[in-house]
Formats: sequence, structure tokens, C-alpha cells
Amino acid sequence: MNALPTACEVRPAVELLRVDNLQTEFRVEEGVVRAVNGVSYTVDEREIVGIVGESGCGKSVSQLSVMQLVRNPGRIVGGEVWFEGHNLLKYRASSPQMREIRGAKISMIFQEPMTSLNPVLTIGRQLTESLELHLGMTKKEARARAAELLDSVGIPSAQSRLDDYPHQFSGGMRQRVMIAIGVACRPKMVIADEPTTALDCTTQAQLLELMLSSIEGCQGALVLVTHNLGVVARYAHRIYIMYAGRIVEQGLCRDIFYRPRHPYTIGLLKSVPRLDEERGRRLVPIDGTPPNLIDLPPTCAFLPRCAVAGERCRLEPWPELEPIDGEGHMARCYMMEATGE
Amino acid sequence: MTTVPETTPPVSERAASTDVLLDIDCLKMHFPIRRGLLRRKVGEVKAVDGVTLKIRRGETLGLVGESGCGKTTVGRCISRLYTPTGGRICFDGVDITSMSEKEFRPLRRNISVIFQDPYASLDPRQSAGSIVGEPLKVHKLVENKRDYNDWVERLFVKVGLDPNLMSRFPHEFSGGQRQRIGIARALAGEPKLIICDEPVSALDVSIQAQIINLLMDLREGASGLGYIFIAHDLSVVKHFSDRIAVMYLGRIVEITTPGELYDNPLHPYTRALLSAVCVPDPDLEATRERIVLEGEVPSPVNPPSGCTFHARCVNAIPECSKTVPVLKDLGNDHEVACLRVG
Amino acid sequence: MNDVSTTPAVETIAAPRVNEWKRFLRVFFQRKLVIVGVAVILIWVLTAIFAPLIAPYDPNLQNLKENLQPPSSEHWVGTDNMGRDVFSRLVYGTRTALYVGFGTVIVSAIIGMILGLLAGYLGGVVNAIIMRIMDALMGFPMLILALLLAAVLGGGLQNVIIALSIATIPGYTRLMCAETLSVRENEYIMAQRAIGSKSFRTMVRHVLPNAFQPLLVLITTMIGNVILAEAGLSFIGIGIQPPGAAWGSMASAGIRDLGTLPWLCFAPSLAIAVVVFAFNMVGDGLRDALDPKLRGTL
Repeated sequence: MNALPTACEVRPAVELLRVDNLQTEFRVEEGVVRAVNGVSYTVDEREIVGIVGESGCGKSVSQLSVMQLVRNPGRIVGGEVWFEGHNLLKYRASSPQMREIRGAKISMIFQEPMTSLNPVLTIGRQLTESLELHLGMTKKEARARAAELLDSVGIPSAQSRLDDYPHQFSGGMRQRVMIAIGVACRPKMVIADEPTTALDCTTQAQLLELMLSSIEGCQGALVLVTHNLGVVARYAHRIYIMYAGRIVEQGLCRDIFYRPRHPYTIGLLKSVPRLDEERGRRLVPIDGTPPNLIDLPPTCAFLPRCAVAGERCRLEPWPELEPIDGEGHMARCYMMEATGE
Repeated sequence: MTTVPETTPPVSERAASTDVLLDIDCLKMHFPIRRGLLRRKVGEVKAVDGVTLKIRRGETLGLVGESGCGKTTVGRCISRLYTPTGGRICFDGVDITSMSEKEFRPLRRNISVIFQDPYASLDPRQSAGSIVGEPLKVHKLVENKRDYNDWVERLFVKVGLDPNLMSRFPHEFSGGQRQRIGIARALAGEPKLIICDEPVSALDVSIQAQIINLLMDLREGASGLGYIFIAHDLSVVKHFSDRIAVMYLGRIVEITTPGELYDNPLHPYTRALLSAVCVPDPDLEATRERIVLEGEVPSPVNPPSGCTFHARCVNAIPECSKTVPVLKDLGNDHEVACLRVG
Repeated sequence: MNDVSTTPAVETIAAPRVNEWKRFLRVFFQRKLVIVGVAVILIWVLTAIFAPLIAPYDPNLQNLKENLQPPSSEHWVGTDNMGRDVFSRLVYGTRTALYVGFGTVIVSAIIGMILGLLAGYLGGVVNAIIMRIMDALMGFPMLILALLLAAVLGGGLQNVIIALSIATIPGYTRLMCAETLSVRENEYIMAQRAIGSKSFRTMVRHVLPNAFQPLLVLITTMIGNVILAEAGLSFIGIGIQPPGAAWGSMASAGIRDLGTLPWLCFAPSLAIAVVVFAFNMVGDGLRDALDPKLRGTL
């Protein structure tokens, strides 16, 4: 486990994915929900990127949009997703190119393993399918590789469990199978959407370590979508903080945790109890509730909850991401002089 | 955003009291598994298997453990939503273990419960006001409509809700506000003990702190109000509790103060649990010990013999699979159930 | 910020007031057939109330000289073999259908719901006894059971209502029991126990209101079914006794002249079909409008 890269390690900066001004909206009865409202980010090869936000901030939808897996009534209405020199949004969701990308190049690990595994197919079948399809393996090769994969994610007597169905595995074991499927084709990038939220602390730790080493094993990049600040502090190189469909702050892991500049980031960090602190520190909550994303005003969406908001915030539209100290450290706020102390 | 963190005084100053409010002795809750046409008993889920605990008046005890460890069941036995199958629970000097529902009902206003899911724990067809006022009606604490309204209004203000919203229905509130309604209901009977069963885990990160602060304010406001704080999130429990009990497979493996627990965890399971919690501090994370447990939590239907943790424990010796360890008091308010310690 | 959190801030409501009732009406009336159904039921009820004003003749006035007349401007649907005006009898038939439909449903739904609530909430022996009796009743098809009971009790409006009520109770009991079992599992019911509420209070104030919606759909479609069953009983002569005007017995009387005077049989049959169809449509509309799974999507 010690071979894992840490946040401070020097990493090669070869860009793998570039998302530009991605916009996804949901048309519902009451109006238009701009779930992803102009999100841009990059993922480098072998990098671990954390996307952090609360429920409804658009972090999951942005990832589903990259994979073109957004379901009705959601629609991707703008932006570009560049991956290996192609704009993925030029392809139709069901095109062969997109299927190739989803199966072999970018894979996704979801929060709920029970709903993402097909209950009527054996685990072996679900593993070998993509191996045969994308890597052109024969049945026999694929089966041998599948057993290897299951073994590598710590499933005991892997060979014999290939013929079992998902319901015969426990929650933690199913998530291990998901990881095995996720890395089966040695993808360039894995998107893990709250991969361990439904699990217990120690199982969560087991699986995160396992996922990291599996992805490390196939030299892929990882996009870790989570609401848990601790998890990104432990694993991520770079972090994007999302609020109400936009990125409000981005930067290297240490910049985000030690020099946060957006009031929302600062608020999040102060509002969570920490294991290492003296007991009884009064938490500083963020007042109010996350905004309703329908017909948001053009001003900063965090304004109603912001403790440092000034006149300018009330009058002018939400600012663009402004670079600040630190490599790639940017935040979207007018009051950064006030938050910089 | 420059705030001086205030600290809450420790329990000794807050409610200077050493008398025991709740005394649990060897509590057992075995759920029968029934199968077949005749619903014959074919086994038992040993959800709680010998828990011994004392809670002082005004104290907050954190009960931490992973799903299936029996922490929720302990809470439900204390609030007598379940009738324990063994052991003894004394509340305020009265043995409540096998009281009938009728005998226990008057005592219920002393022990209230805050539930995990703020969506499922409020009746969708009742207005917020009547949900909060229900205990007043049930225990006939008010004589007339005006007293009732005043009382409910006070409760609304106490938990930070606008009393004008009394006629609204649960679905019109956000998650955090719903949890405040649940808290107001729990406060209505002026209880001595509130069992908080994962009160913040269903809420958004930014809302959790609001609720935790509210619960802490209430503790300081009412002298003698104690909590049993059940949660799987060790950071929250450590922040909130005066003492913490760590549970594994129906038993308490370690019980101590938050400071001792963090600085000097003695049970191997506690150590693994601590290391699994991520701290939002990258530099600290880079240096922290990471213990990754092998395997999964065994089934409580057929728990391992001896110490239930022995199969996953790095320190296990053959003796561990034979002898059930009991909690040993090591002084310094620290008890641990491990053969290899002390 | 510290001040705000130590003296709890009065929170203002985040979401706008959701008008459930408005949403319900919009979904309910989205389907054209539901509007037709509601209109038919309204006309039917009004006809029953104002029958004496609408019917041109006394429904039981016999005029053997003018029997078996074809439809004319005097007798819109002609006359039957006793020379009674068929249109007037159809109009008065709405009253019979109304009594039987609503009467039966009120009796059986109340009894069925109480039994289902008790069986579901108390469980154990109570559940076993109630549900076994219901299973036994359900062993017979509804119409056969009603037929047996009506045969034992004898004909007449009141006995028809009793027979049909008994025959339809198991449906409500089963549904109510199932709903109660699922509502009972909710945390708010456990919360109710935790604050010390008595079983009866919990059952009436918390379980019943939350279990009621699916019952409403069943009640609506049941009105149609019961009217159909009554027509069946009257058709074979053990329902409403002559000379009472009932659509079933009218159809039965008209069947002898089906070849020559088809309207005698078809007119009452059509009346039955239209009313039953209307209730089924309204029931479907209710189901859609009340379905919590569809909430927010439609």
C-alpha cells in the first residue's frame, strides 16, 4: 500500500481529458434545472482528481455527461469533452465510438453496486463480455483473465465464483466485483461516483485502497466524485469544489485544504468535525440550505449563505474563475481579498 | 470568516453529577429467525450479545460501530422499542427491562428518540405543528389549546424554526429543517435522555454542523439532559461525546473518553476504525497509519467463538478463539475487552 | 457567524409552498376519458336525484293497450310488455344503481378497512383469524358468493346491498391489511411508539390516513363492479324484485324480444356499460394522480 502516490509526489502532466464549458440541464415541470452550468476541468494521465460537492451540486451529472449517460429529462446542451484528440460530444450517445470509449477507455464505478450489476448474468459473464468485445480475447482467455481479476480484488476462490450471480455476493464483495469490471480493460480513466458512500468505514478503507492499487496497476487516471473531504485529502492530487452546477474553486490538494479562498470551501472545511482536533470546538456551520437549481438568479448562488458577501456580489453576475496563488489554484469570488487572510 | 473556536466545557462542569441515570447490565437482544410453514425457529441473530454500560446523568455517550454491530438495537432496547431477550436495563433506578408497554408508557417522556431519516420519521399527513405537539397530547401535558400552542411555539423557536411554519407539512421542509422538527418532537416531553440514532448521517455536509451545534446547545441549555449518540462516523461521535463506546458484533470492545480513544486506542478494531477515517488534512493523511482489515464482518447469526474479532485481528493468539474477553478497567476512564491488553 | 449559531437562527422556508391539490387535479384531468367519466357520473347522479322531474311517465304505470311500442316521440325508447315507458324506467333505474353502488361500497369499505387495519396493525392471531376468513370468502367468485347470499337472504334492495357488501369486503380487507403492513414499517410509526402513543391512536391518526389513498382507487372501481353485479343478480331474478325499476331486470325482461325489439334489452345494457366504464375511467385517473412514484414527473 505504501507504493501509492501521495498528493505531494511529482506527476507527469500529460493531459488526458479536457472538459470545456459543459452544460447539462433537466427540463422539469417547474422549469429548467441547470444541473451542470458551464463546468470546465482537466484530468492528466495517471492523475487522481477529486470532485467535491454536496448532493445536487451537479458533480455526478457532470460525470454522466462526460460518458453521455444522462437520462431523460436531462440533456447536454453545450460544451466540449476532449479525450485523446476527439470531442466526445460530437458522437451520439449510442454510437459505436461512444460504446468503445465507455467500455474500454473510460469506465465508471457507481455508488450502488446492486443496481449496476445485471442480476440475471453471472459475474463471470459480466466480466468476460467486455474483455471479449473490446480486447478481442477468446472465451477461454477471457475467462482466465476474469478469474485473475477477481483474485486481484481479493475475492477468495475466484475461479469458482465466476459462475455465481450478483445476489450471492455481499455488498462489499459486489463493490469489489465492480472494481474488477471497472479495470478489466485497463482503461485510461476510471470515474468513481461516490464509490464507497454506502459502505462502512473499514470496508470503505479496504475498497478505496483496493481501487487505487487496481487503477495504479493499469496506469489509469481516477476521477473521484465524493462529498467526503477526508477521502480527497487522503488520495487526490487535484480538487474541484462544485456548488450549484459550477466549479467554485479548484487547485492542488494542499492549496484547497491549507489556502482555501472561496467562502464555500472555507465553510465546508470549518463545518466538518475532524478526528484529530481537540474535542468540543464549536463547528461553524454554513447557514441556510443549498439553493434550488430552478431559475437561479445570475448572481453568485452561494450569496444567500455567504458570510463575507459584499455589495458587488449582490449587483454583479457570478464572476469567472480567477487565478490566485498556487499552481492552477482558481476561485470564483469577488471577495477574495477578504478570504485571503 | 475569522472565528475564535469556542470550546464546550467538559461534562464535569456542565452537569456536575456522578449519579448513574442508565445502568445496563449484560444486555442481550437475540432476534429469532423463523422459517417454513410453521414459522419454526431455526436460529438467532445475536444483534446485541452482552452489553454492559453505565451512563451518568447529563452525560453524552457515543456509540460507534459499523452496520450490523448492534448499536441501533442497543438504542431501541433502551427506548423499549424492542424488549430485550436478556440482561437488565435500569433507568433512573427503575428496572425497565421487562415492563409491559402500559407500565412503561408514562416513562416514555423521559427517554426520547431522534431518528436517522428525516424523511421517513415524520408522518407525511400531519402538519409540522401537530408532529411536534403529539407528545404533549399523548402524555396530556397541557390543559387547553392555548397552552398547547404556546408550548409548541416555544419548541419551534428552541430548535430554530419559524413558528409561522407550524401549519406546513413535512414535504415542504428541507432535510435539515425536518430534522429540527424531529428534534423538537424529541424535546417536547422534557426528557432526561435522548437517543440520537445517526441524527446527521442523512444530511448534507454543510447542514450536519447546524444540527450538531443545535444538539450541543440544547445539552447546555437543559441541565441534566443526556444523549446516547449512535453513529458510524467516528469524527462526529468524537466531537460530540463525553465518552465513546466502540461496538463490534453485538459487544462493546472499548469504552473511553474521546481524547484517550484518539491518542491511545488499545483494541485492534478501534485502531482499524480510527485509521479508516480520513481527516481533511493532506499532510496529516500522508503520515497517518493505515490499517486495512482483512475480510468482512462475520454474520451475527453465527459469530466466531471467543473474541468475535479474532479472525481479522493481527494480534490474535490461539487463546483468543476460546475465551470471550470482558471489559477490563485500565483506569483513566478506559475500559477495553481484549486478552492481549493489560 | 457564531452569534447566529448560538441563538438558533429562525429559518425561513426554502421551497415554495407545494400545492398538492392543484397537482392532483392537473394530473387527474389530463386524460380526456377521465373528464368523460366524471361527466357521466355527474349526469347519472343528477338524473337519480331529479328522476321524477326527468321521467315523462310513472315508471310503474302499466298501459297494456300500448305495450311493446317502438321508440316514438311519446315513448323515446318505446314501451315494454306491460306497456310501461322504458325511458322512465331507465331514469328510475339510475336510483336503484345509485343506492346499490354507493350503499354497498360504504358498508363494505368501512367494515373491510376496519378489519384490514386491525389485521395489519395488530398482526399475530388477529391477523390470522381475519385473513383466513377473508381467504375463505375470496375462494368464491364475487358474483357467485353474492348470488348464494342473495338466494339465502331473498331479493329486495336491502338484501342485495347486504349480499354484495359481504361479497366485496375481502378486497378492502386485503388491500388495507397490505397497506397497513407497509405503512407500519415506516419510522414515523416507530416514532409514535417511542413517544408513548397508544396503539389505537397510532392506528387511527397515523396508519389510516397514510394507507387510505390506494383504497380510494379500489372504492371507485368497486362502485362500477357492484353496479354490474347488481345488474347480474337482477338479470337472473334474485336481485331487485319487480316492479322495481332495475337495469338488470329490464335487460332480462327485454331479452325475450331481442330479435324484434332489440332496444328493450340494449338500452338498459348500454346504461350499465356506460356507468361501469365511467367508474373504471375515474378509478384509473385517480390511480395515476395519487401514485407517489409518478409524483413530480407528470
